[in-house]
Amino acid sequence: MEDAFVFITLTANATVRVATPLILCAMAGLFSERSGIIDISLEGKMLGGAFMAASVSYATDSAWLGLMAAIMFSMVLAMLHGFACITHNGNQVVSGVALNMLMSGLTVVMGIAWFSRGGQTPGVSPDGRFLPINLPFAEALSDVPIIGTFYSGFLSGHNALVYLAFLAVPATWWVVYRTRFGLRLRAVGENPHAVDTAGISVAWLRYRGLLICGGLTGVAGAYLSIAQNASFVREMSAGQGYIALAAMIFGKWRPVPAMLACLMFGLLDAIAIRLQGVVVPGIGEVPVQLIQALPYVLTVVLLAGFIGKSVAPKAIGVPYVKER
Amino acid sequence: MSSSPVKPLPRWIDVGLVPVINIVIALLVSGLIIFAIGENPWEAVKIMAYGALGFDEGIGYTLYYMTNFIFTGLAVAIAFHTGLFNIGGEGQAYIGGLGVGLCLLALDTALPIWILLPLCILASGLFGAAWAAVPAYLQAYRGSHIVITTIMFNFIASALMVYLMVNVLIKPGQMSPQSVTFAEQSHLPFMSEVFAWFGMEIAQTPLNVTVFWAIFCCIALWAFIWRTKWGFETRAVGHNEPAAVYGGVDPKRTIMIAMFISGGLAGFVGLNEIMGVHHKLLLNFQFGYGFTGIAVALMGRNHPFGIVLASLLFGILYQGGAELAFEMPKITREMVVTIQGLVILFSGALAYMSVPWVSKVYNILAADKPVPSDSISAEGEA
Repeated sequence: MEDAFVFITLTANATVRVATPLILCAMAGLFSERSGIIDISLEGKMLGGAFMAASVSYATDSAWLGLMAAIMFSMVLAMLHGFACITHNGNQVVSGVALNMLMSGLTVVMGIAWFSRGGQTPGVSPDGRFLPINLPFAEALSDVPIIGTFYSGFLSGHNALVYLAFLAVPATWWVVYRTRFGLRLRAVGENPHAVDTAGISVAWLRYRGLLICGGLTGVAGAYLSIAQNASFVREMSAGQGYIALAAMIFGKWRPVPAMLACLMFGLLDAIAIRLQGVVVPGIGEVPVQLIQALPYVLTVVLLAGFIGKSVAPKAIGVPYVKER
Repeated sequence: MSSSPVKPLPRWIDVGLVPVINIVIALLVSGLIIFAIGENPWEAVKIMAYGALGFDEGIGYTLYYMTNFIFTGLAVAIAFHTGLFNIGGEGQAYIGGLGVGLCLLALDTALPIWILLPLCILASGLFGAAWAAVPAYLQAYRGSHIVITTIMFNFIASALMVYLMVNVLIKPGQMSPQSVTFAEQSHLPFMSEVFAWFGMEIAQTPLNVTVFWAIFCCIALWAFIWRTKWGFETRAVGHNEPAAVYGGVDPKRTIMIAMFISGGLAGFVGLNEIMGVHHKLLLNFQFGYGFTGIAVALMGRNHPFGIVLASLLFGILYQGGAELAFEMPKITREMVVTIQGLVILFSGALAYMSVPWVSKVYNILAADKPVPSDSISAEGEA
């Protein structure tokens, strides 16, 4: 019993660690895509943010400055995306691919130019990192069975950005469904003509959607390089931006289901690591690659409409050109 | 973006000048980056040009990279003509290589090369096409967005290959996930060997006879797009789907055909890499070629001739970039990836950024002279 509880706590913690950047990126993608802009550059923006966070925290020994730098840099990238897709009516997928590739190259080029360590940044000091926070009374309560263990073993002991990611979900829900801006954001993704007719700027709304998107990917990047790890490593986003995109689609472009999808994908990852080389009775050795591929397979199956239907915002991917 | 009624630009500006301006902007920004990290851009260009074109070994590598880029560039282009974005060239190339590998693992000693070669061409094409056919089917018949599904299929292909290489196809008794080497007689001849048949000696490079197949594919695809009924249908669906339907074209079938060809072309990367260069199955032989194909297609304006030119340029960038890494310690392969990203940005996403300026300048210049009758089309706006 006790062992099972420890196992569950460990797996749950691993799930949360993996899911945090996914949740931040999924919320980011939601703001962009709900406004009608396809964003496959979550990956690139997160990578760029991770690099900036590590570089600035290393230079200043301040985690918060690193976080700020990551947010700013990812916002700049989002604005570049907006400049291409909103101002110049460029192809949104092409622009996203360009950003991903640009960041995949530029982070290493800049890393070598600044630090001469083959594309890595030097290790960030503890002051420059987001370290685990112990919630009040966590120590004292750890001996209380079940509830105490749950509180001190699972709820407490994560870093600030983890809590921020889980706060981002209700915040996103509130902004998208309960504010005037959110209503307009959703409207501009469904029918920009109607929004334009009402005298609201389609371009400015979409730019704001992208700004929020950029900021959140910046936080996700900072999580990778100065919270989960202590330096930037080349390609450290490792496809998580795409998984977050899949999770957002899996959650049908809605905040809470998207978060649940991120948690599910995180759990799959945690299980995959645990099952490495384990022989399950009756089945034999479970191929780890199968579990790792499951998020992608599930997303394809969902998109194909075999388990419910995931419908994108109606105006997504279409540049808005005013009629004359 | 102002698209107010202006005089249409003559074709040579639209097809010739604007793409060149876009690439020049991309290269200028790349030069700025090189300058910013403290190296001399002009020196870098000279080293790259010499490294890629200055001696026979460099030329061989440049053309070898070009071969792969032609395949993936054509693959992206045919999908573009149908209005689709095939971002899955990476996975299709991977699975295409798997097809060649399985074919050769089974038959490398049993059959002579002149039977093996067509078999392997078929295997790489069919495996790549099959990997593209699933997203194509889902797009055509179930309405799932092909960009997302092809991205997912890239990751699924990668997981599948890791599983197969680590657990099934690995050469017994070794650590690194590679298959056994195919029998000598099944290797495609390197170009150095081809030249040797004629008594000429060139340096040995990965360049092999697959390059001829790439050129053939360019011609064949050109003929398909502009000289066949199916090619016409793909362009019709890409330009205006309702009109195509009105004209009796079945867009679903057209999507399937175009993506099948697209996947097959990407799969040929496997032919070049597995049968031509490595002579065994291994991981990540396709790395990056699929994505570079997007840049190549955008730069080549989806025309086979443009794609050959763009592939050559990227071949020069790849090979020259590798040479540059030797000469300038601050510059690595990633600089080439950066340049690639900039090219996609400026000649893809921002392709029309320069058009208003160009047309302004053109209108000023054209107003001065008497209008030549052939440069302005007969729409009668002048």
